[in-house]
Amino acid sequence: MEEKRTLQLRIVVLAVAAAFLAIGLLRGEFSDVLAKAMRICLECIGIG
Amino acid sequence: MADRKFTPAEAAQRKHDRKRLWIQAGFAALFNGYAAGFAKGKIFTGPAKGVCVPVLNCYSCPGALGACPIGSLQAVAGGKGRSVSFYILGVLMLFGLVFGRLLCGFACPFGWIQDLLSRIPVRRKKVPERIDRPARKLKYVALAAVLVLPAAVSAIKGSAASPYFCKYLCPAGTLEGGIPLLLANANLRAMAGALFTWKALVLAACLAGALFIPRCFCRYLCPLGAFYSLFNRFALYRLTLDRSSCIGCGKCEEVCPMAVRVTQELECSGECIRCGKCKAVCPAGAIENKKIF
Repeated sequence: MEEKRTLQLRIVVLAVAAAFLAIGLLRGEFSDVLAKAMRICLECIGIG
Repeated sequence: MADRKFTPAEAAQRKHDRKRLWIQAGFAALFNGYAAGFAKGKIFTGPAKGVCVPVLNCYSCPGALGACPIGSLQAVAGGKGRSVSFYILGVLMLFGLVFGRLLCGFACPFGWIQDLLSRIPVRRKKVPERIDRPARKLKYVALAAVLVLPAAVSAIKGSAASPYFCKYLCPAGTLEGGIPLLLANANLRAMAGALFTWKALVLAACLAGALFIPRCFCRYLCPLGAFYSLFNRFALYRLTLDRSSCIGCGKCEEVCPMAVRVTQELECSGECIRCGKCKAVCPAGAIENKKIF
């Protein structure tokens, strides 16, 4: 019973994760992340 | 002076530790492979920088080849037009589902630094459970702040919000990004002020903490560890304890860097980073990897 619930939970999480990934990529979030990561983040290094 | 003789269990644990430290070093090099950046005082700007790495690795580290998930979550949420990054959450959920906190134990560069510090022989005291257990919840507060604060501030102000965790707390950013960039780049050095001093103090506190409390930052503050801990109980890769083989010697709990009560909660703990120290030291071979497939 426990095994079955764990499997169901895994399938749900996998489906949600795949959906999130697809939605994020379709919304152009890869470009957002790339644009941010290509510049020095002054806050992250303790300056800005 | 004669060499100290180790028991078979101690010898197995030392061998496992050495192997794991090399794996951690390999991942640190993989995620920060742009060696020229350290000499030039500049960061990598290729298209791979948009790829989210599954560990806390500052994207302003001169060597970083990918994007830090915590920085990216805040950058997207704090920007205009979006309140959450589905891309980053999706990536983290996939990694969490497969590995749980194994990534903390084997792939996180800041975890590796802490593990190196914990090899320095100093007198360590166990944190009393009445302090340790509630303090661990702080990392969930940090995770909530990462997920909610930039989006909320951005919505209220109507303009971009700062990545607050990175700005005020993240010691990995100071160690991997701030210090190397300031050493190599005079312009950035001239801009450093009170905020850098604060972040250097936070870093010093985390490193000093790791010296006396193994994996101090991972236990109490890391929002990424908090995120992965939500998946630990049902992740595909897990450690399991065969209770019929356990002889109750307690060696597993003595060596656990995350102070997990191995004999009681190994399978259901959100804290286990799957470092395998307990498995290596167990004289009865009662702890096993639960295979992914």
